[in-house]
Amino acid sequence: MLIEMIPELGHFALVLALLMALVQAVVPLAGAATRRPLWMAFARPMAAGQLFFLLVAYACLTASYLLDDFSVANVANNSNSLLPWYYKASAVWGNHEGSVLLWSLMLGAWGFAASCFSRDLPSDMLARVLGVMGLVSAGFLTFVLVTSNPFTRLLPTPPQDGADLNPLLQDFGLIIHPPMLYMGYVGFSVVFAFAIAALLGGRLDAAWTRWARPWTNVAWAFLTVGIALGSWWAYYELGWGGWWFWDPVENASLLPWLAGTALIHSLAVTEKRGSFKSWTVLLAITTFSLSLLGTFLVRSGVLTSVHAFANDPSRGMFILALLGITVGASLFVFALRAPRVSHAVSFSWLSRDALLLVNNILLVIMTVTVLLGTLYPLVLDAMDLGKISVGPPYFNALFVPLTVILCVFMGLGPLSRWKAMPGREMARRLALSGALALTIGLLAPLVYGGEWNLWVSLGLVAALWVVLPLVRDLIDKSRRSGSPVAALKRLSPAYWGMVLGHLGLAVTIVGVTVVSNYNVERNVRLAVGESASVAGYDFTLTELGQQRGPNYMADTATIAVSRGGEERLFTMHPEKRLYIARGMPMTQVALRPGLLRDLYVAMGEELGDGSWALRIQYKPFVRWLWLGALLMAAGGLVAVVDRRYRRRVKARSGQSSGDQGAAHLSAPREASA
Amino acid sequence: MHPKRKQKLFIILGLVTLSAMAIGLTLYALRSNINLFFSPVQIAAGEAPVQRTLRAGGMVKEGSVARDPESLDVGFVITDYVEDLEVRYSGILPDLFREGQGVVVVGQLDGKGHLMASEVLAKHDENYMPSEVADALEAAGYSPADYGDAAKNTESAGGATY
Repeated sequence: MLIEMIPELGHFALVLALLMALVQAVVPLAGAATRRPLWMAFARPMAAGQLFFLLVAYACLTASYLLDDFSVANVANNSNSLLPWYYKASAVWGNHEGSVLLWSLMLGAWGFAASCFSRDLPSDMLARVLGVMGLVSAGFLTFVLVTSNPFTRLLPTPPQDGADLNPLLQDFGLIIHPPMLYMGYVGFSVVFAFAIAALLGGRLDAAWTRWARPWTNVAWAFLTVGIALGSWWAYYELGWGGWWFWDPVENASLLPWLAGTALIHSLAVTEKRGSFKSWTVLLAITTFSLSLLGTFLVRSGVLTSVHAFANDPSRGMFILALLGITVGASLFVFALRAPRVSHAVSFSWLSRDALLLVNNILLVIMTVTVLLGTLYPLVLDAMDLGKISVGPPYFNALFVPLTVILCVFMGLGPLSRWKAMPGREMARRLALSGALALTIGLLAPLVYGGEWNLWVSLGLVAALWVVLPLVRDLIDKSRRSGSPVAALKRLSPAYWGMVLGHLGLAVTIVGVTVVSNYNVERNVRLAVGESASVAGYDFTLTELGQQRGPNYMADTATIAVSRGGEERLFTMHPEKRLYIARGMPMTQVALRPGLLRDLYVAMGEELGDGSWALRIQYKPFVRWLWLGALLMAAGGLVAVVDRRYRRRVKARSGQSSGDQGAAHLSAPREASA
Repeated sequence: MHPKRKQKLFIILGLVTLSAMAIGLTLYALRSNINLFFSPVQIAAGEAPVQRTLRAGGMVKEGSVARDPESLDVGFVITDYVEDLEVRYSGILPDLFREGQGVVVVGQLDGKGHLMASEVLAKHDENYMPSEVADALEAAGYSPADYGDAAKNTESAGGATY
């Protein structure tokens, strides 16, 4: 009896969560405006209650999946009784309705976390922050209930079995990629809420940025991991060996990442120096708006891709309206409040302030170019001006040079000082690193590839130029006093976070450079006993077979790999699967991963006379792409544990930014970005 | 001028110059990297440029797929049921490529009316018809019912190998 009621319980819990979100939105905001402590105190319990009911709703949907309740339309369309249990649980977010529910659940979780970890916040600030988050949450829960209810039933005659989960999504990558990505998207709502709260309260000083920084870092770290997982998943699951396609859906996740990266740096300037205040607020609004835009692009069905589940135009309109209201309202508040608080802090052209300004400008330009390339075809199509597609050459032509310029400034940034720095000192500290970066970068292609290659050199010089000054800086700092270890231990986590983040980007750049230029790809036709040679490895097809999985049939191949005429090193087992419920074929790639190279074999198609078309690839340094992303994310997380974020701030102490900034500049701490 | 104000002026001037450069470069890059979509009817009418990368789409004609027995070369015909377009490709076709299904092909016309494809895209769902193909077929006067079950269920999840 209770089991049959699970979907209704979930639906009911969802409605309750919406009501609590509405209370959380309205009462604390009104309380903060009229200075009523009791009203403001509503914020925290409502955040907890909202999260509780969202968890109940989410658990109910998961239970329906695990119990194979095909009377729920969502389950019937996306699950199957043959599906292994872990894919049933992850199928919850492998479709439109469930993924929006997950989005809302995470929003609730971030709101609750903000209410837990912000006990030092002035009560009116906390009330405003949670109020804004409540507003966003109410919007999304309304969206779920009105257009995308995951608990809709197929009664009175439910289907016997489900239509199965899209085989592309039956994979470990899918289990973790969307939650990570969503944690990032939704996490930016916290810094957005802080920014709006600061605007509403008229306290646009350095204090809000110190509260908001850890939240931004964590959200950014999740988004970084989420994007890297998506790229990794595309690499081994789509069977093409590509790791970034400049697909609009990928761009949709890259946009908030770029804006978020700019935001992290601009928050640093605002916190330390009290400048760029309005700009930082604007970036916070932009970043979250781009997260919403990403959600709109992916969820509205304007794009057709593996991610676009929803083809119902009303949903697209709803998200577009949400996006419009969010952007419009925030910019309206910004326009009303921002000019009041602007006051300039001067700095010299060679200073950390100026370099971070350049960083911000470059990242914003990158964001705009990606945005343009992504939206241009959509706008043309919507206006009926023809169907076009903007290909990877466009993005590469703009993104590669911009990244190189960004790297030039990244080399200077960490060594520079706030406010002003003598050019001669900068040159002295960078000369050796620059010379080394140039020498290694120019020679490495000769050693590695046998001939000189401009692009490889460019990429390597850029990456080394980012890393070597950091190394030099660490060596200088370790010599400063006492033993090197003790000196390094005294460096703040924020500094280490910066080092890791920059190092991560350099590692990713090395990966992108090497794999793009030295990738070897061959499509071959092989019968049993025949072999092909790719990048010094010999691939011999030794056996073809067939296999039955839980919900698929597979053609399998066994490929022996050897090198230089020696005996076999190892075997690889690619598969071509046919998923029964949907009759959909899928390529299962065989991978031999390594830190310096991946070997990649995918089965293409059977060619009639017993031979198969095989896609064999040699991908050097491809792992560095994702390794770098993990390092970046680790950097973001390490910076969060910095002690100053947990220092108690007395209510109202942040009235004027000047004294805040001064207090922080005088704090005995190593430079931290 | 006040030094602070002067600095502000320089920042603004710098911003304007940089963004103007960025927009200029962007538009230039956009112009040379846009691939237009053409249907077989448009190509047969000579509307499509020769030796320039473009996208074409239609249904793979039944019985038209011919594989070379020695290599990975393959030829097939895509159609919008009005005009046919011969496509030549070398390599591995996507999982969902088959006769009677909608595909999108990226490549260049060789002047003799053949499309030399560099990429063949098929959607990752049996029920799904590439939207460009569906529109092209409709423009050629075919209602969705004419090309069978393929387009019936466009509501279910679509997926692309792009």
